[in-house]
Formats: sequence, structure tokens, C-alpha cells
Amino acid sequence: MLVSISINGQVYSHDVEPRLLLVHFIREYAELHGTHWGCDTSNCGICIVLMDDPQSDQPPYPVKSCTMLAAMAQGYEITTVEGMAKPDGTLDPIQMGFHEMHALQCGFCTPGMMSTGRWLIERHPNPTQMTDHEIRDGISGNLCRCTGYDNIIKAIRWAAAYIEEHPESARTAR
Amino acid sequence: MATVETGPGRHPEWYAHATGDKFGKIADAPIGFGHMKRKEDARFIRGLGDYMDDVRLPGMLHGAILRSPYAHARINSIDTSAALAHPKVAAVIIAKDLETLGLAWMPTISYDTQAVLAGDKVRFHLQEVAFVIATDAYAAQDALQLIDVDYDVLPAIVNCRKALDPDAPLIRDDKVGQTDNLASPLWEAGDKANCDRVFAEADVVAKRTILDPRSHPCPMETCGMVADMNPATGQLNIYNGNQAPHAHRTVYAQVAGLPEQNIRILCNDIGGGFGNKVPVYPGYVCAIAGSIVAGAPVKWIEDRSENLASTGFARDYLMYSEMCSKGGKITGLRVDTIADHGAFDSTAQATKFPAGFFHIVTGSYDLQGAHCQVKAVYTNKAPGGVAYRCSFRITEAVYLVERMVDALAMEMNVDPVELRMRSFIRSDQFPYETQTGWVYDSGDYHKAMKLAMEIADYEGLRKEQQEKLARGEMMGIGIAFFTEGVGAGPRRHMDILGLAMNDGAELRVHPSGKAVVSLSAQTQGQGHETTFAQIVAEELGISPNEIMVRHGDTDKTPYGLGTYGSRSTPVSGGAVAVVSRKVRDKARQFAALMLETRAEDLAWEKGRWYVKGDPERGSTIESIAEYAYSASNLPEGLEGGLDANAVYDPPNLTYPFGAYIAVVDVDPGTGKVHMRRFIAVDDCGVRINPMVVEGQIHGGLVEGIGQALMEIISFDEQGNCLNASFMDYLLPTALECPEHGFELGETVTPCPHHPIGAKGVGESPCVGSPPAIANAVVDAMYHAKGVKHMDMPCFPARVWAAMNGREQPPQ
Ligand code: FES
Ligand code: FES
Repeated sequence: MLVSISINGQVYSHDVEPRLLLVHFIREYAELHGTHWGCDTSNCGICIVLMDDPQSDQPPYPVKSCTMLAAMAQGYEITTVEGMAKPDGTLDPIQMGFHEMHALQCGFCTPGMMSTGRWLIERHPNPTQMTDHEIRDGISGNLCRCTGYDNIIKAIRWAAAYIEEHPESARTAR
Repeated sequence: MATVETGPGRHPEWYAHATGDKFGKIADAPIGFGHMKRKEDARFIRGLGDYMDDVRLPGMLHGAILRSPYAHARINSIDTSAALAHPKVAAVIIAKDLETLGLAWMPTISYDTQAVLAGDKVRFHLQEVAFVIATDAYAAQDALQLIDVDYDVLPAIVNCRKALDPDAPLIRDDKVGQTDNLASPLWEAGDKANCDRVFAEADVVAKRTILDPRSHPCPMETCGMVADMNPATGQLNIYNGNQAPHAHRTVYAQVAGLPEQNIRILCNDIGGGFGNKVPVYPGYVCAIAGSIVAGAPVKWIEDRSENLASTGFARDYLMYSEMCSKGGKITGLRVDTIADHGAFDSTAQATKFPAGFFHIVTGSYDLQGAHCQVKAVYTNKAPGGVAYRCSFRITEAVYLVERMVDALAMEMNVDPVELRMRSFIRSDQFPYETQTGWVYDSGDYHKAMKLAMEIADYEGLRKEQQEKLARGEMMGIGIAFFTEGVGAGPRRHMDILGLAMNDGAELRVHPSGKAVVSLSAQTQGQGHETTFAQIVAEELGISPNEIMVRHGDTDKTPYGLGTYGSRSTPVSGGAVAVVSRKVRDKARQFAALMLETRAEDLAWEKGRWYVKGDPERGSTIESIAEYAYSASNLPEGLEGGLDANAVYDPPNLTYPFGAYIAVVDVDPGTGKVHMRRFIAVDDCGVRINPMVVEGQIHGGLVEGIGQALMEIISFDEQGNCLNASFMDYLLPTALECPEHGFELGETVTPCPHHPIGAKGVGESPCVGSPPAIANAVVDAMYHAKGVKHMDMPCFPARVWAAMNGREQPPQ
């Protein structure tokens, strides 16, 4: 079946098996390898990408791309890690925060983790005031085996503070 | 789109970061040791890492493995005809096909053999039975369903205690002369007679039966390989994220009978290893055989269930232990262990040490006697016994000794910190030889313990515990003090399959003064591209931004045994320091010519040689490098160029140590353990990059929380693996960790024999934290309910059962 998905602002149309998972569409058809996978059971969040529903005014939200068929993403806008930075190459604050705070080691969980982190900041009315528990709860669908999470929490805080100081770096109008 | 124009593709050459932020230049990099953000982050935060599954080669086929539904069964027949008829299937390989290639069985690191594909029998649930190669990964999975295997089910053994029963079914009937399920002869360390004497004279003896349960390292990226045998040239390129690429190359040469010079292993980025990526797995051999058979590159990437159920597990040590005291001090320890190796002994450790470094079991204490013995058995469980973030069974040893100190303190009715303080090896006793023959290099245990108590406010915590107890609440405080022996090891007694456990380094300083350093160590996230550049920077005064660290390509790096057992800094780091000093010495010769003086008259300061007594007259390493390549009048005997090689043979292991305190609250109604605080004081000697060290500690602590509270691979009576997914094998999320973060402290006792005084840290936190947490849980139950022991993992059902005197749920 023909599936067309907009990923990072570019539309990819491919004739695929109906059972094809979104994560495999992203990796094998759009050839964007930044989105990884880590389990067979929707537990790890390694495969998380941001999905934007054009019909809704909610910010793009994280989805486990291993738990959706590619066909189900038709009509949505997907943002993967490759699409996080601005077109001129300026990194998204969440990317800067992860680097600044040493929130990645092997880097395998990082794209999914940054996607969830980005969403936590965007959906929160007052992101710099997020509690530790709110952030921990927010990323509890993302496993990381390397970092021990502390620095990821710091990185999300770093990004929230950066966005507050540099409102132009926020991706969505709020 | 905003990403860099040229992706990394699959070329390790891309690791050469040019200048510019997006290639990993760090603005405020120190020239040497100190806090420095990581160079490798640049590609990872942009989604441009290059992991196993990202490898794509022209004409590449996809492999998938059919696995056994039984733990123990005879194979009568395998019918692959329907699978072969599938339009997308290129080949199906079973044991008898491998036999023709001589690949049906492969040697393990422990001098056992392991079936690549089961031919006669399956010996564990989800063992490899057939390998399908198809044009896409989905079709390969489909074709697995079309293979028909006829089995006769046999009784299975999953309990190591029953493996040696006289009527136990024989698991390894493939081995000539094998009549029981003993995997290797009894192995022991320590003077038994002396130890028995110490026990006979003791005041108090504590006894416990302690199980360190089977767990799994679970890197977030599973294992896999792309094998690319070029039929025209006989060149075999292997893309495979593993922790010891050079050793793997040698093993493949031996297993497959291929010329070693034609094998090239390319480890690009690795999504975590933790010991899981040390061994050679059947899937790798299948991918190689598949590429030979199909004449095309073959990719095989296991899924999570395969990773959990079939690749290197950890622990599974059942330890009958006794510890004794006299005059208020710990005096003796003895332990009798059954090691469950599963169906094949592929335990990963230094070959002459069948129980790894388990005999470091005397821990941080000045004992009068110690003895340990280990019996290894086969069971119908997956093979492994890898060091999950651990230096060869030291996690088991530290878990045992630290649980036993608490048990003994309980019997003696003294505070567990007090007993430790009385019994520690004193700082003036180093170098200290233990009862089982280890020579600890350096340490100040009392200082580290005191610092941890200070950070924790230990007195305050004990008071709070009493107050809570009075209110019917359960709170526990757990102590663990570990000494780890890492950086294996001295070639005079440590090898793997005869390969000395050394590491090489090669350093080339280019005419522009920029450098490339090549390692045999293999990062899986530890940050080698940054920290090894910092070592060269410290030694030569070149900015880490101008030093490229090359690893992960056996054609382009010197030989060495890789990264596990916290070897990178102790061994490879030693090699890098030594090779830098060789270059520095060579630079001195050139500087003498440039400055028209004698080499002996020059002194070094970071980045330049200068004339003693006339510091204005000097040559920078940059100008020396240019001179080394361009001078036209070199004297006889002095070669041009500025580069060197080194192989580092560590004179001893290094012995990092630390004091850990865990604070937990236990719900008396449900048994749920809340990890409230964790205090970790680590002494890993000199810290190259404190940020990276702390990151390692955080990560290891969480893996420790996992083992203490959540992680276990369990089996039912028929031998079915019950935890082959993340639904059932639970890894800690951010919520299971202390809400406000870990509380770290450090002391620095440099390693006296290491070139830069470093000891290695990657595994310490994962070694020290499980006993601290288990001790905390038992402490809570002891004070509230008098419970004296429970085995990990302390998840609610098990804790509830322990504190209510019920039988533990089966494992
Ligand atoms: S791959 Fe694990 S949740 Fe998607
Ligand atoms: S950085 Fe390795 S899994 Fe998170």
C-alpha cells in the first residue's frame, strides 16, 4: 500500500507492506537512522519520535514508533532527531542541554530521550518550575542503561532555562 | 533539513572530526585532565551515530534465527523445504550444513565448546536451531514459521543444586567422557587448614546461603553483525559492535580457519555493552557462514527477546558462606559456591581463572584466614556468565562479603559501620597481600567510609530509623564497602585463550602538530574519544580538540584485548600515557637539534622542551613536529617523523574502592522498596575527566539498583525462560532512582604503579551498590520484623514474602 508521511518537513511516499512499522519506515524507507529501536514490547522508548497532528493545537507529542504501523502515521507530521535542529544548523536547546550536562553516553537512547524531553518542556506551562518527580515521571517511558538519568534530568532543566532566556529558540509559538 | 551534509555512513574514517562545533570541537577544552564535555556527543545528539543496524551494504541479505521452544530435547529431524520455497528466502542453514564448513561447534572463552546451531539436542530454551537468510528482515521472520522441527522432549534441569544429583539427566552427552553435569573441576583459593583454624578460634560465626541471581547486562542496543565475505578476494569484513575487536578477529580466524590478515572487524558506534558484547555468539558465526554460503553481505540483528534469553547472562552464583570474628574484629571467611553456567561453559574471564576474580572475596578487610571454592555445573539454561559491568565475578564476591559483614554485625549486635571500621585494612598496610593472594596497591578505607557517613549524616539516619520504627514505618540503611581489582592484567598470569591481557597504542603527531592516537580498547559509551585525547593532551600539551582517537577498526589500530573489566583506563590508558612519553622523548632529540644543545640539557613543561636555566629558549611540540618531518640534516640514527607504538603490560591490577550508603523505605503493607537516597564515595585514583567519571558512577548505580530490586532471569520447572522481554525483565526507569539524584563524594588515592595514577571506575558503582541496597532492605526488615536475609532482587512480592515468613516466589 502507498503510504505518505511527512518527516522533518519532507514527504516520503513509499509502497509498503501494510504491516510495516513506523520505526522501520523511518529507518529503512526514509533512511533516517537516528531513530533507533531497543525492544519488541513497547517498553524502552528508544524509538520515540515526535508526532504532530495538524488538526490539533497541542504541541507535537512523543510516540513509540515501534508501536505504530507506518500507515497510521499518514497525514501526521513526524519529527525525528535529524529534524530537531533549525534549518541553519542551530541546535535545539534540548540537544545543547544533553551535550552540556553529559546526558548521553552510548547515545543509543538519546534521540528518543531528547524527543520526550522536548515535549515535557513544550507542554508545561512553566517548564523551569518542573519538579524532579514530574521530569522523572515524564521520562519513565524511556529506558537508558548508561547515564543513570540524573544528568538527563539536569539536561532537560538546562534546556527549559535556556528557552526561558532565549524565547526565540522555542520551536513552537506558545 | 538542518543536519550535517555528509552523514557518517559506515566509514570509521568519519570519526576524524574536522574542526568546527558540529564535529565535536569543545570550546573550553583543558589541555589535559579536567572537566571537558565530550567530543563524540556532536554526532549522537544529531542522530548521526553509526550503530550496528545502521550498516547497509549493496546486496545485503537479512538473517533470522529459529530457536528451540524446549529447554532440553532431542532433535529428530528438521524440515526446511517450505522455508526454502519462500520466494524471498536465499538460504536456510542448519547444523549439518555448518558441519561441512567445520562450524557446527565453536570454542568458548572457557575452553568449552558451544553449539552454533543445535544438531543433536537442544540444551536450553530458545537455543539456536536454524538460520534463515532472506532479502528482507520481515520475510526472514516469516520463513522461520515454515521450518518444521521434530523434537523428543527430555527432562530439564534448571536448579543448579539438582544438576549433580546422580539421577540428573546428562546435559553434555556431546562431550566425550562426560558422565555428569560438572562443567569444570572444583576450583579453590586460600589456605583451608589455616582458615578452619581461624574459625575454630572464633567468638562469633555467621552463616548464610546467598544467591546472586541470574541477571542480564541488557545494553539498549542488542547484539548483531553484518558479515561481508568478498568472494573475489577472500576478504571478510565484519561489522559488529563488540568489546574486544582484536580478540574476536583472532577467534574467527581460529574458528573459521580463515587467514587472520583477511579479517577486518569494524566496530562503529556501540549502544552499550556492559559485558554482554564480550563473547562470540552463534548468531555471529551464522552471519559469517551465511555470507560465505550466500556470497553476499548478511545482516543479523537479534531482537530483545533473543538478547535476554540467549546471550551472555551474569551471576547465577549460589554461595554457602560463613564469616567469623574474634575480639570484635572480622577474622575469617569461607565460602562454597555452585556456579550455574548453563548449557555451555562460555563464562567470560581470564582463562586461568575459572571462577574469575571471585577469590577477591575477602574484600576490604584484614583477615586471618579465608578459603573459597567453586564448583561449576551445567544446567538447561542459556550459556554465559559474563561480567555484567564487573571485573570477572568481583560483583559476586563483593556482594557476598558485604552481605556477610552485615550478617556478622547482626549476630555480634554491633553497628555494621563500626564492624567495618574495626576490620578494614589500614592505609599504612598497603601494599597489602590478601589471604587469597591479591596484592592491593593503595587505599585509605577509613577516610572514604567517614566521608560517606558525613554526607549521609549516618547518626541522624539511625535516629530517624528508630523514630520511624516506633511509628510502625520501615526504613533501612545499607552499607557496602568494596575493593575491586580491575585492569586485567599482567601477562605473566593473565590471558584469554592464551592471548596476554595487554593493550597497544599508536600515536602519530602530524607535521602540523595535530595527532592521531589509535587504541585497542573499544568504547561502548564510555567517552574514549574525549578522555584518551585528554591523556595525550596531558602528556604532550596538545589540545584534545586536535587529537583524534581512533578505535573500532582492527586494520587501523594496534592489537589489544579490549574494553571490559574496567580495563580501558588501567591498561589502554597506560599504553596511551607510555606512547605519549615515547613521543615526548623523541621530540626531545629534535628539540636539542633545533636549539643546538644536548638533549640532557632540556627540560619539559606541558607542550614544550626548553633549555634548563634559560626557559625562554624552547621549542613547542608543534614546531618540533614540523621539524621532525621537514629537517633535511638529521644525524645518523635519528629517524624523521614523530610517532611511536607501545604495548602496555600492567605490573598489577589496580584496586579502586568506595564506601556506599543506601537509604530505603519499605512499605510494610506491600513490600515495595522506595530508594530514597544513595550516597557513593568513590576512590578511583586520579580522575582524567571528572564529568565522565561521575557519569559512569551514575550509570553503574542504576544498574546496581536494577540488580538489587528488579532484575532476574527466571525459569519454570520445564526450563522455559520467563523473562525474555522488557515486560518481564525490568530495568530501572528514572522513577526507581532517588528522586533528587545520587549524592557523590570522592577521595583520591593514586595508583602507585599506573603511569597516570588512575585506577578505573566504570564498574565500581555496579559492584558496590547491590550489596548496599540489599543490606538496606534487610536492615529495614530486621529492625521491624527480625528478618535476617533475603536474596535479590527485592521486588515487592519477594520482600512481602520475606517479611511475612512466606516462601519466596519461584525463580
Ligand atoms: S523499540 Fe522499545 S518501545 Fe519502541
Ligand atoms: S546513553 Fe546509552 S542507553 Fe542511554
